[in-house]
Amino acid sequence: MKLPALKFSKKPSEMNRRDFLRSGAALATVTIAPGVTLMAFGGKEASANADPGKRWGLLIDVNKCSKDCSACVSACSQENGWKLPENPETDAQWIRKVDLTDNATGREVSLVAMCQHCEEPPCVDVCPTGASFKRDDGIVLVDKHICIGCRYCMMACPYKARSFIHENIVDEQKTWAPRGKGTVESCTLCVHRVDAGGTPACVEACTATGNGAMIFGDLKDPESEISKALAKYPSTALRDDLGLNPGVRYQNL
Amino acid sequence: MERMIYREIPANRTILQAAVLLGVFILAAAGAVFYMEEHGHIVTGMNNQIVWGLPHVFAIFLIVAASGALNIASIASVFGKTPYKPLSRLSALLAMALLAGGLAVLVLDLGRPDRLIVAMTKYNFSSIFAWNIYLYNGFFAIVGVYLFTQMARGMPAKAVKTAGFVAFVWRLALTTGTGSIFGWLVARSAYESAIMAPLFIVMSFAFGLAVFILVLTFTTRVTDRKLGPKLLRRLGRLLGIFAALVLYFTAVQHLTSNYWARNGGIERFILSDGGIYTTLFWVGQVIIGGLIPMALVFHPTGGSKPASIILASVLVVLGGFAQVYVIVIGGQAFPLDTFPGFTASSSFADGVVHNYSPSLPEFLLGMGGVALALAITGFGMKVLRILPTNLSDANVGQQ
Amino acid sequence: MKRLLALLLIVTGLASAPLHAGSDLWPNIPKATGKPHPEGNLFWRKNHMKLLVHDRDLTMRKGDRNIRASLKECIQCHAVKDEQGQAVGVDDPRHFCRACHDFAAVKVDCFMCHNSKPEESSQALLDRRLPDTNELAAYLKEAAQ
Repeated sequence: MKLPALKFSKKPSEMNRRDFLRSGAALATVTIAPGVTLMAFGGKEASANADPGKRWGLLIDVNKCSKDCSACVSACSQENGWKLPENPETDAQWIRKVDLTDNATGREVSLVAMCQHCEEPPCVDVCPTGASFKRDDGIVLVDKHICIGCRYCMMACPYKARSFIHENIVDEQKTWAPRGKGTVESCTLCVHRVDAGGTPACVEACTATGNGAMIFGDLKDPESEISKALAKYPSTALRDDLGLNPGVRYQNL
Repeated sequence: MERMIYREIPANRTILQAAVLLGVFILAAAGAVFYMEEHGHIVTGMNNQIVWGLPHVFAIFLIVAASGALNIASIASVFGKTPYKPLSRLSALLAMALLAGGLAVLVLDLGRPDRLIVAMTKYNFSSIFAWNIYLYNGFFAIVGVYLFTQMARGMPAKAVKTAGFVAFVWRLALTTGTGSIFGWLVARSAYESAIMAPLFIVMSFAFGLAVFILVLTFTTRVTDRKLGPKLLRRLGRLLGIFAALVLYFTAVQHLTSNYWARNGGIERFILSDGGIYTTLFWVGQVIIGGLIPMALVFHPTGGSKPASIILASVLVVLGGFAQVYVIVIGGQAFPLDTFPGFTASSSFADGVVHNYSPSLPEFLLGMGGVALALAITGFGMKVLRILPTNLSDANVGQQ
Repeated sequence: MKRLLALLLIVTGLASAPLHAGSDLWPNIPKATGKPHPEGNLFWRKNHMKLLVHDRDLTMRKGDRNIRASLKECIQCHAVKDEQGQAVGVDDPRHFCRACHDFAAVKVDCFMCHNSKPEESSQALLDRRLPDTNELAAYLKEAAQ
């Protein structure tokens, strides 16, 4: 068996902090004598999944979104562990069905609205602590570890995408979707699934119903299904006038 | 004209009674905070549509009034008006106290008040909120130094003037920051406008001066110190001018917004169909907080009576609360236009006016902030030489 | 603080079985399932908070899922079962985290948002833990000689 390379160092601080702190089997330290630390490197440099070469997005075809169907909403609620609202004023809603009537023509449509994962997210701009942030691949998230619950992001969001958690939550959370009283949350684009190479739960549910109103994919990849559909058919973004360039786009609205 | 002598206020019966009353309010607020902290914001009237409620109304009123309360000192130090000079110390103390009260309310309403340290250690510099944390902390430091220069023996006049000038610029920046919290919100038609910053500045002039007059008249009366009627009249007239300025900026705000077709909805809501918000706007802000105080202080005979000036100050404070309520709550109650050109309905209150009924804990928290500000002011006057013993017109050089 | 830590280290270093079990001077630390930490328990007792914070930022901000210090996996192996064989939550004083945290009077903030009980299907996670553990353990043994 070939042993991994050995390094002797008196000052761990000379090392890359990230390497030093990377825990578990990739690195082990043993104190041989005071001041002398033995370090072993193994494993491979982990790849970060938030790739700046990608931008994840959704395309929602309003014509295919049936008014009576809310499969995506239930799927999201189940996947991410938020209860379907009993009290619509205070309960969290990561995704919601909206029925629309065109004021000028009377045309009725139905669609789903959630965090639009803007390229220029106002929630990220206004967050005082930096808890609201955008990953390199365009997914907008809340870092609940440093969210102080000021709700300024909710004031800033044009889409009402965010919810504030008004009550205690005890041991109901999914491990990939921590949620807690006093912090703000919203659609994560199922980042845990996306990082594992999957698609968001809402898209999966929509496809399963046969409506096929939602397409998920990489907006920067011209060969992706979503990019091809966007290139071929007209689409729009909600509140396009604000210039936020959302990652979620709508067709036939 | 005798020498101006500053003395601590005595702890007489009335002052002790006032202190006990303030203490009760502060304790009640502490109880409300624990209750809200234990149960979460579900026990408040705030929800996912009205995300900022009554605590923010109180906090913003106090923070805005804080910078305005500093005006008297600025007028004396920066603009060289000597009759205001004996009032400068109280002005600086009251400014810091009001800011402390407002910030206490703001911070204790956070979803995670236990993480205040995070707000002090992690900054996102594209956030006006983060800038404001610097502006608020800086305000305490600068006004503290300013107060020190006023009170220290043998301090050259130039030092006072310099500190006063820095404090004056800083307070303008601070209120600009507070107004911009709203002005920079692109999403909400009730706010997005550069006028929010100057509007908040004139609001601060009016609210701060009104609170200042009330604290000054109360304290001089209960400590039997002289307060010249001409000096008070001068303050009253200034208050009238500030009240008029608030009305002017409010008019410009709504005229501009009305001119934009896309803002027709929100303007109709605030000005005519908004129920409580429309009432608070016209009756609360415009009539009670603007027109009546102006009539009181500019009245040819009644305008010089202390009672009219005190009443005008009370009305400006009440009107100010109404105005901040309309801005903060009214601006959120009107539905966001997420789907322009469509009528929307959903389970998340799209397209409908949002409900908000403030709860008792919220009110107690807000009142606790007011009580804290007044308690700090009173305590400051008790232990420091803030208030002159004789503010008669002859003594302050008021003709 | 430093002295306290040093004391803790000495105590841990000297710790023999009787001091651990049933002594008031030492918290009653529940046994874990799964494979032992190759770095040793002392290392984790000292550093778990730093490691968790470091790796959580990597995961959340960078999307790095190939990390080792994951709260989810801590909870998986260190779950304490109650009389009914169900994992206890952090509201129960027997919970693994509480054993030491109650003893040291240090507040844990994690469970305001995170679930303090393991996921239902735990075996899959246990199986994919630390692929090169054996290799490293052998290496460490050699290095210690």
